[in-house]
Amino acid sequence: MSTVLAALNRGLHAAFEQDQRVYLIGEDLLDPYGGAFKVSQGLSTKYPDRVWTSPVSEAALAGVAAGMALRGLRPVVEIMFGDFSTLIADQLINSIAKFGAMYGGDVAVPLVVRTPMGGRRGYGPTHSQTLEKLYLGVPGLRVLAAHALSDPGELLRRAILEDDGPVFFVENKLLYLRPLAAELQDFEIEQHTPPGAYAATHTLRLKGAPSAALTLTAYGYMAELAREAQLRLAFEHEIFCELVVPGQLAPLLPGGELDGALAASLEKSRRLLAVEEGSYTLGWGAEVLARAAQAFPGGLKAASRLAAPDAPIPASRPLEEAALPGVEHILAAVQKMV
Amino acid sequence: MPPMPDQAGLYRQMYRIRRFEQTVLDAFPKGVFYGTTHTYIGQEANATGVLAHLGADDIVFSNHRCHGHFIAYGGDLRALFAELMGKATGVCGGLGGSQHLHWRNFYSNGVLGSTAPVAVGSALAEKAKDSQALAVIFLGDGALGEGVVYESLNIAALWGAPVLFVVENNHIAQTTPIELALAGDIPARFAAFGIPCSRLDSSDALEIHAAAEAEFAALRATPGPRALVLDTQRFGPHSKGDDTRDEALMARIRQQRDPLRLLAPRLADTQRETIEAEVEAEVAAAFAQAEADPFPEAAA
Repeated sequence: MSTVLAALNRGLHAAFEQDQRVYLIGEDLLDPYGGAFKVSQGLSTKYPDRVWTSPVSEAALAGVAAGMALRGLRPVVEIMFGDFSTLIADQLINSIAKFGAMYGGDVAVPLVVRTPMGGRRGYGPTHSQTLEKLYLGVPGLRVLAAHALSDPGELLRRAILEDDGPVFFVENKLLYLRPLAAELQDFEIEQHTPPGAYAATHTLRLKGAPSAALTLTAYGYMAELAREAQLRLAFEHEIFCELVVPGQLAPLLPGGELDGALAASLEKSRRLLAVEEGSYTLGWGAEVLARAAQAFPGGLKAASRLAAPDAPIPASRPLEEAALPGVEHILAAVQKMV
Repeated sequence: MPPMPDQAGLYRQMYRIRRFEQTVLDAFPKGVFYGTTHTYIGQEANATGVLAHLGADDIVFSNHRCHGHFIAYGGDLRALFAELMGKATGVCGGLGGSQHLHWRNFYSNGVLGSTAPVAVGSALAEKAKDSQALAVIFLGDGALGEGVVYESLNIAALWGAPVLFVVENNHIAQTTPIELALAGDIPARFAAFGIPCSRLDSSDALEIHAAAEAEFAALRATPGPRALVLDTQRFGPHSKGDDTRDEALMARIRQQRDPLRLLAPRLADTQRETIEAEVEAEVAAAFAQAEADPFPEAAA
């Protein structure tokens, strides 16, 4: 059975094979190691001239990639832990995402920054965070989140080869070993690609279920937990939910418009729970709820969100498990809302 | 011996920069321009002497003090005036403003030091494409406070990037004198990474031209990073009215270190006067055209 990790690795290999302009730069990339999470394995052996293992210099790596992209290459940057993305924030915000617009529109910066995010591995406060919310409001930067519902390697390949703008590609660490598109036989899945996007939003409903009483929305690995909660809510509590999983986190639709798939689901359910692993305040879910509130001026019956507390993620297993939203948190929250 | 540089050409280019910048400073209080500016007066010999050696495909990265670099690169005066005015005909259609220019292979950005890795990446891309193009990046002494510059020097040396780092040391970062900002010396920073570095304390365009010529020749012969430190003087304020330096000292500096004054005696008076008159007319026309140009329309 294929995993998300294998799919991402295949996506990188496909991009390298299909386009000579693709380069990979990052730390500890060389085989047999192949990157700290092994996503880049095999590339340095097959394409030794196009895989540049680097010093521990994230900011410069991002800037080097920006320069390569300006000059017609299509670099991929691997940031070993998403926590270290703060080190490239200036390059992302003041260079990479800006060049396209501030130089009057005649410059393209086709580059992808790939990075693992997330906790539940006991890595402690600086190696467990979900920081993508920091980059969701950066104009000019597309943020994609891998998930296990369809092939994230294909999404990565398209981001590298077909997107002429910069992409911040988020891979939750616990997704890596998840089987790809597995155990979906009980679900009916609808795909809807928002205008200007190429990552589809997936809407999951249980086959033969009655009309949904609530819409769950989550991305990345959290979508896996939400799907498990969706099943248990149906079978243990007879509460039927739809799950809406976006692949693109930014940009969102202009003018504060709500994603079409989410709007369609809420049209029926009128209840919304947004779940994320990042910290609560000013999180992704807050934006989703704000947009839902604007889209339904008559109001929803219930709207809420789950996120990690506004505190560093503890290293200790029981403390970390209590802090990060899990299936039990979702079950409890949904039962309060319906 | 290489042929003598075109002294009249150097003078003309420096005079164009001088008159452009003086026009900007004179007109700013009248409300013609919008935003901010950082003028290059006093440093004209650096951009002019260095970029005289640029090949057609070579790449230039510049900083907030970019007007002189842009003009020496061959950029259009009207488009630059228009960019500072926020006009549709500006270098970047009025989107970038004074510090954010892009035309052909010229790029500037206003975040100090942030251009260092981008320049290195550009040079590496050209090397990977086997294009023979080089990158030149202008940094000020102020940018040497930024950590990413040192990451970039390390990577440039490790990966053999064909890039020339030109440090224009004007001894002051906004209002902070170099003594309060920089420990150690500048060439030693490059030496630490094994990057060959030469240094010149001059405002003489011919000396700078010769020094840069040697750097370009070495860079084209042996691709890999090099550095040229040019000790120089900024005659004007950091931006518009923020010069806190002693006026008597500044008067002496302007007297001793004026690149125009240093080069002028090498030209015949009539030749110099002709150049000056032509440039005055050129700058005035460019300014008038930019003033008459339309503003961009905001999207509905």
